[in-house]
Amino acid sequence: MALVDPPVREPLDLTRARLSTRRRLADRAATAVISLAFVVALVPLVAVVGYVVTRGSGIMSWEFLTSDIPRQYRVDGGGMYPAIVGTLLTTGLAALMAIPLGVLGAIYLNELGRQNRTARAIRFLADVMTGVPSIVMGLFVYTIWVLRFERQSAFAGALALACLMLPIVIRSTEEMLRLVPDELRQGSLALGSHRWRTITSVVLPTALSGIISGAMLAIARAAGETAPLVFTVGLVYSPSWSLSDSSTALSAQIFRNASQPFAGAQDRAFGAALTLIVLVFAFTALSRFVASRLAIKS
Amino acid sequence: MSDSTPAPTALAPSPAAAPAVDAPVAHEQPTVFDVQGLSVHYGAFRAVRDVDLQIRRNEITAFIGPSGCGKSTVLRCFNRMNDLIEGARVEGQVRYHGVDLYDPAVQPVEVRRRIGMVFQKPNPFPKSIYDNVAYGPRITGQKGNLDEVVERSLRAAALWDEVKDRLKRSALSLSGGQQQRLCIARAIATDPEVLLMDEPCSALDPIATARIEDLMQEIKQRYTIIIVTHNMQQAARVSDRTAFFTTEVNPSSDTRTGVLVEYDLTDRVFSNPSDERTENYVTGRFG
Amino acid sequence: MTTLTPITIAERPDLTIRARGSRLDAAFRGLALAAGLVVLAVLALIAYSTVDAALPALRAAGLEFVTSDRWAPNAPDGPHLGSLAFVYGTAVVSSIALVLAVPVSVGIALFATEIAPRRLRRWITTAVDLLAAIPSVVYGLWGIAVLAPNITGVYGWMHRTFGDLPVVGALFGPASSGRSFMTAGIVLAIMIVPIITSITREVLVTVPRGEKEAALALGATRWEMIRGAVLPHSFGGTVGATMLGLGRAMGETIAVALVIGSRPQIVANLFATGDAMPAVIVNQFGESSGTFRSALIALGVFLFVLTIVVNFMGRVIVNRVQVRFRGAA
Repeated sequence: MALVDPPVREPLDLTRARLSTRRRLADRAATAVISLAFVVALVPLVAVVGYVVTRGSGIMSWEFLTSDIPRQYRVDGGGMYPAIVGTLLTTGLAALMAIPLGVLGAIYLNELGRQNRTARAIRFLADVMTGVPSIVMGLFVYTIWVLRFERQSAFAGALALACLMLPIVIRSTEEMLRLVPDELRQGSLALGSHRWRTITSVVLPTALSGIISGAMLAIARAAGETAPLVFTVGLVYSPSWSLSDSSTALSAQIFRNASQPFAGAQDRAFGAALTLIVLVFAFTALSRFVASRLAIKS
Repeated sequence: MSDSTPAPTALAPSPAAAPAVDAPVAHEQPTVFDVQGLSVHYGAFRAVRDVDLQIRRNEITAFIGPSGCGKSTVLRCFNRMNDLIEGARVEGQVRYHGVDLYDPAVQPVEVRRRIGMVFQKPNPFPKSIYDNVAYGPRITGQKGNLDEVVERSLRAAALWDEVKDRLKRSALSLSGGQQQRLCIARAIATDPEVLLMDEPCSALDPIATARIEDLMQEIKQRYTIIIVTHNMQQAARVSDRTAFFTTEVNPSSDTRTGVLVEYDLTDRVFSNPSDERTENYVTGRFG
Repeated sequence: MTTLTPITIAERPDLTIRARGSRLDAAFRGLALAAGLVVLAVLALIAYSTVDAALPALRAAGLEFVTSDRWAPNAPDGPHLGSLAFVYGTAVVSSIALVLAVPVSVGIALFATEIAPRRLRRWITTAVDLLAAIPSVVYGLWGIAVLAPNITGVYGWMHRTFGDLPVVGALFGPASSGRSFMTAGIVLAIMIVPIITSITREVLVTVPRGEKEAALALGATRWEMIRGAVLPHSFGGTVGATMLGLGRAMGETIAVALVIGSRPQIVANLFATGDAMPAVIVNQFGESSGTFRSALIALGVFLFVLTIVVNFMGRVIVNRVQVRFRGAA
């Protein structure tokens, strides 16, 4: 067979210059646009947090954190102590109600019911419940609790927040439980342990850091919520630690003061916003810390 | 000559158990498990059918065969672990010292406290070494010194010397072979009569495998061991009796079902098998 | 090695005794099931109580509730409860938010999964998480105090530049105050970026690696690989993510209430003040009573139903896309 001489080729050039200009430019432009998206997202983050920090620290002081709320919007000065108390009270109580229920519910879904009809129904409805607008939660608690007892209270606010937190805790806990390898359950059951002991001695400890982390995120979310509280928690100007009396919260106070034209009200709103952001970010950071550091390394 | 009288410390005198049929040669140990007509279905799929065999005390019995022939399925019948699989259904009888394990009145938890299991992939709990071994005894509420039980189990698993100074360290800090020995220690901590081992060495390197095989030979003085293995040579090295499984096609549904082909002393199965399929498998002609 | 003695078992061991703790098993299961059923109970209670409270208004307004745009609950000639202006406002504000948020979110997701160096990815996640963590009332406060006053200049410029175009010009009408559909849409867009981004990222990650590598092996540039292998696969998932973002946008109350201007009207001008369903509820609930209050609750129920439908569709689409690819992967 006659051999054909190989075609003469130019020396090999693998640099990008060989790409057609059009393709090269398209690649560069697309990369730039996509990267720009990230910058565009950073702008509001910096703008909002930056402004709140600057304006809020103007009024921030120990007096601000410990003084009562002025009864009139146009007054300058005063503080947000009652709101801080209210936020801690309602969020704390909501957590106490929603987290145990949510963890137990998730245990049923992932460990006991698994794919049976009841479990699938609960899972689906929990998903639906995460989509309920927070204002509807507020209207709901208003209708069945505030109207029934004819008064607004910290407990009613906590109830609304708990309804908001419950499906979030169920879903995040279920995900953490799902991550526990099945071999661990089998190992425990093969040793002759009952389901409940397998769950409490092996599954829960293994998933614990993830569960706590998810619960903290739910708490951070609840602390920032306004709509569920607006109709249920009432209004006070001095701190109230009683569950059955009216209260207020940082979020509700920000909402009330935001639309007021007075400088004093606006300052207090930003002070409260700064306090709230610090609280929420602290919990978010703590949640990530728990998830990464305390997780069981395998 | 078969010998079916229990050893000296037996409690009530037992009704004479039926002498084992076709008993080949010497030291016939008493029967621990008597399986008759065992079939297992997962939903509509029949995984294994019509298994008859007896497991004898203080012997190592190996289940060998190609993948998917039901060896692990049968193994898991001995401690009712198949219950955990949705749609699993068991027919036939699995008698443990005369009690049918699948009798409706039998409690699976009770069964599993007397019959231990070691899994293919070492699965120590994310707890300390001590707590892993102590887990079983704590469940059964064993009285007596827990430290002593833990030490005894770790010694029996040939792990004591390596971990005695770090019992409180996490079990996950051990190597793969050590973890598997820990799982063996954990399983024997409750002193079960039987130890089921589902391919215990398949995730381990040859040195770790050899250590566990040595371990098995030692502890069989006290425990009865059934091991499922993919490794024929391991079965030949380690076991007293071997059961060979394979799959058969179901003409109607075009699925394969596992069957027990041959069950005999290991020497016979490997050097002079009675079934052609066994011979093909052990000589490597297939599988 | 110590010699081991064989274990001896009596014949017929009793395996029927209920081991310690088996009654606890049943109790534990009952407790966990009860906890799960609380979800069912609460949801049923929400549906029942809100619908019950909304009925007086619905009976008084009849079909007018969904066909009329006249909202005058305290009119002398009887309450007029037409919700159309609020539905319109919710629709407009959500649409603006989606138009702004979806490209940005997809961009961030692409950036994070395809372009950014590995070490940067954690910081991107952190930034997006922080955006999500900021409470909506803080966004509203910033919107009303900073964005609204300062953006009227931009609106004015857009009105002068685009206001005379045929058809679309009507969108860019004169801007009176900073509180408008557009401002609310911008604030909402910032708020829904995190959820769209995170779901889109999940979807992008399921694109089969083999296809991406095949494109690159054929000599495609990175952008060509993204356009050819990544985007087509993730289109369905992005649609699902968008719907979930829409659900979130529709239900967002507080930020919108602060910056939309609270003037229910149906106009094309995006820079005009308007109102939206959740916003009017939270703004007017305090002073309402009787049929008026019942009407606000009816609006809440209406919103509830709409968000459930949108969220459900979004979830179905996302699940279907993911199942399709997890199965193939």
